[in-house]
Amino acid sequence: MAETIQIQVNGEQRGFRADATVGDLLRELAIKTERVAVELNLEIMDRKDFDHRSLKQGDRVEILSFIGGGASVDLQGKGRGFVHAE
Amino acid sequence: MQNDRLIIAGRELTSRLWVGTGKYKDFTETKKAIEASGADVVTVAVRRVNITDRSKENLLDYLDPKKYTILPNTAGCYNVEDAVRYARLARAAGVSDLIKLEVLGDERTLFPDTVGLLEAAKILVKEGFIVLPYTNDDPIMAKKLVDIGCPAVMPLAAPIGSGLGIRNPYNLKIIMEMVKVPIIVDAGVGTASDAALAMELGADAVLMNTAIAGAQDPITMAEAMKFAVYAGRLAYKAGRIPRKLYATASSPIEGML
Repeated sequence: MAETIQIQVNGEQRGFRADATVGDLLRELAIKTERVAVELNLEIMDRKDFDHRSLKQGDRVEILSFIGGGASVDLQGKGRGFVHAE
Repeated sequence: MQNDRLIIAGRELTSRLWVGTGKYKDFTETKKAIEASGADVVTVAVRRVNITDRSKENLLDYLDPKKYTILPNTAGCYNVEDAVRYARLARAAGVSDLIKLEVLGDERTLFPDTVGLLEAAKILVKEGFIVLPYTNDDPIMAKKLVDIGCPAVMPLAAPIGSGLGIRNPYNLKIIMEMVKVPIIVDAGVGTASDAALAMELGADAVLMNTAIAGAQDPITMAEAMKFAVYAGRLAYKAGRIPRKLYATASSPIEGML
């Protein structure tokens, strides 16, 4: 049984294999890498590094992509909830 | 109108109607509405991927980036730091250097914080972004944004999603005269005549989302907007007659009994 570490992915705590890379995490989550941006501990990663950067205990990973949007969405950024004028 | 191309920072764009992709019922409706609008520039927002439910489809599976110019925005950002962060994430997600920059100043009106906007634009221009700033209908701010390197300016017609139409045509006209870059009227359009008016004033393009997505029949409204923008552009190019207080007969007097 491989050792596990605790990391935070998109705001949620989760355990993951200690020897894994960011690329492994994306594959585990079934996320295609072409259209995502990954921020690791507030630093935006070059996608070439996904398979080279190992995850460490306490790492904070943000995985973002494009969603429908025209102009501004709500403050929480929950996606499609637009602010309507009366 | 064959050669009536819109060029921004060396990119040639074929449509003068740009559309947002928010607020639609589903991606199929989004795709159909965009096709009906004839738009080739579509805006998208950058958000966290849903990692718990991977069955959710990706918008870009429906919009071919080869067919459309994808314009990511910094919607929802209320300060310089967030706007710059989202712009960098949008670029990292890998479409292009284009960014529709929004720095908002107030939740109720969603009016831009133009001081923050200018500051964020400076940072991003230096980093090589093609910054298209969402700004107020303020000619002086438009000029400042151009001076620091924005290759186009996107002044609002009215508050986002308000559908109030062109609230200040005179300011928009002054912006168009004052700056020599393309002007894209953004936000506030309610119906086809609003879009036509923006184009008749001399706007280079119009960007809208809610007016189409929020219509009772979004796909038909998308088509209406396509014709409105086209008609407005033609009318602008044709040159309208001056407004006069009194009548001018259009039938000759000669030959009357």
